[in-house]
Amino acid sequence: MERNFEEVFQDKIDKEIKIEPKDWMPEKYRQTLIRQISQHAHSEIVGMLPEGNWITRAPNLRRKAILLAKVQDEAGHGLYLYSAAETLGISRDEMYNQLHSGKAKYSSIFNYPTLTWADMGAIGWLVDGAAIMNQVPLCRSSFGPYARAMVRVCKEESFHQRQGFEILLTLSNGTEAQHRMAQDALNRWWWPSVMMFGPKDDESPNTIQSMRWKIKRFTNDELRQKFIDICTEQVKILGLTIPDKDLKWNEVTGHYDFGTIDWDEFWQVVQGNGPCNKERLETRKKAWEEGAWVREAATAYAEKRKNRAATKAA
Amino acid sequence: MMTKQNLIDYTLHLADNALIIGHRNSEWCGHGPILEQDIAISNIALDYIGQARNFYQYAAQLQGNAATEDSLAYLRDVVDFKNCLLVELPNGDWGQTILRQFFFSTYQYFFFQQLQNSLDEQLAAIAEKALKEVTYHVRWSSEWAIRLGDGTEESKQRMLLAVDELWSYTGEMFQEAGYERLAVSEGYGIDLTSIKNSWDAKIKSVFEEATLSLPTVAWMQSGGKEGQHSEHLGFVLGEMQFLQRANPGAEW
Ligand SMILES: [Fe+2]
Ligand SMILES: [Fe+2]
Ligand SMILES: [Fe+2]
Repeated sequence: MERNFEEVFQDKIDKEIKIEPKDWMPEKYRQTLIRQISQHAHSEIVGMLPEGNWITRAPNLRRKAILLAKVQDEAGHGLYLYSAAETLGISRDEMYNQLHSGKAKYSSIFNYPTLTWADMGAIGWLVDGAAIMNQVPLCRSSFGPYARAMVRVCKEESFHQRQGFEILLTLSNGTEAQHRMAQDALNRWWWPSVMMFGPKDDESPNTIQSMRWKIKRFTNDELRQKFIDICTEQVKILGLTIPDKDLKWNEVTGHYDFGTIDWDEFWQVVQGNGPCNKERLETRKKAWEEGAWVREAATAYAEKRKNRAATKAA
Repeated sequence: MMTKQNLIDYTLHLADNALIIGHRNSEWCGHGPILEQDIAISNIALDYIGQARNFYQYAAQLQGNAATEDSLAYLRDVVDFKNCLLVELPNGDWGQTILRQFFFSTYQYFFFQQLQNSLDEQLAAIAEKALKEVTYHVRWSSEWAIRLGDGTEESKQRMLLAVDELWSYTGEMFQEAGYERLAVSEGYGIDLTSIKNSWDAKIKSVFEEATLSLPTVAWMQSGGKEGQHSEHLGFVLGEMQFLQRANPGAEW
């Protein structure tokens, strides 16, 4: 019997028919998606912090408004994604608990510090850029609610990347101090961004199943290569240098070769030893704990209103 | 000339109010108690940055001499800022932020309603646009004030503390600064006494619904509108202005 369900399920996927929350799905598919979507949601929310840092310090009113709108967008993305995950039978509170306890992960990139204004440029250009590369294929995820959430998210991400690029371009063409600031930010954000695509394909054991289920459309290495190819062209316009001396055009492959990724650093940050892991999580927990009385009051008030309405009706 | 300087001061006062409360609200971005409300308060902050920009741009245009919205926001010091003390106070907890928002938005609501009819067309146009946003701010903040006042025992206690903390800063909104008095006589400013009653009535009705009692203290703090601020504003400006000041003349 089970086998039959599974066949029907895979058949739908092969035919590019979306799986909807009420449809039968293998437990493993459900769990994998809950992990994938909630991790993505957490990344949006934790990702607000490094840039949020600079809202009060933005150098002019236009930039302040753009940055605030950008960070607010990320909150919106978190919201769409938590809602998509909820359709799989997990509550937002449960997901928060998993984040706060360390059980659920979020993108490691947000465990790096934002030290100067140029970091707003580097994050927009590289981090949102890498996110777009990861997310565009997810608009075709086999799971309907996730695919639809990603369509909305991707629309906003391209504005994020553009504003980041524009910040770097302005700085690069600005004063000497500004140019230095831009190059320094690129030096710090480049490799962590390249790592955003996850471990190498031969160390990414779930990839095959995820591709079969069409919740992943390209491998980590394919996306990483595409990202590097595009950035290596764009950086020429910026007049900055990517901090990789091995970066070289390869006639044979038609791609850029690049240097060795420091996977030790990658795993250290994943395991919690990045420069800001503790801080980011503490900040999220603090916001959650300090907001408890507000959420309780809102619930209590809604309850009172309901009771009053019921009394009136009776 | 005299008149023009007064119009500039009047406009700067409105710009500074919007910028500083927008700045304060933006401090919540990423730290709100509920994701939806994090978005709401950031959105309100954005509205304020927009209002501030409209007023600063107008002030810069009046001033000439290569003044820009940014030179006005980023290169004036504490003594030049003309915002009310209320908006520069630290956020406190969510209850205090909500209550300040309610007090201030209610003031802005009645103020902009009249400013829409200002003889100065620019001010009238900015007010008309802002009024749409402010109408929502009043609704949002009053709903939250009621929810928190009539929520749990803890939330009520916190709201009472917030009232205690903020009440003495509400009077300044209705105390005329010199440039406001002149603005009224010159025909483009709002007579603050004409909106005080409406403000009182709105506060009273929302407090009633929130089961909060109105304070009886009469003493009111003031000075911000004339450039005499609390210690807090210096820190706000220090943070906000440092990039502009550290890199004179740079483009961003
Ligand atoms: Fe996002
Ligand atoms: Fe994202
Ligand atoms: Fe983004």
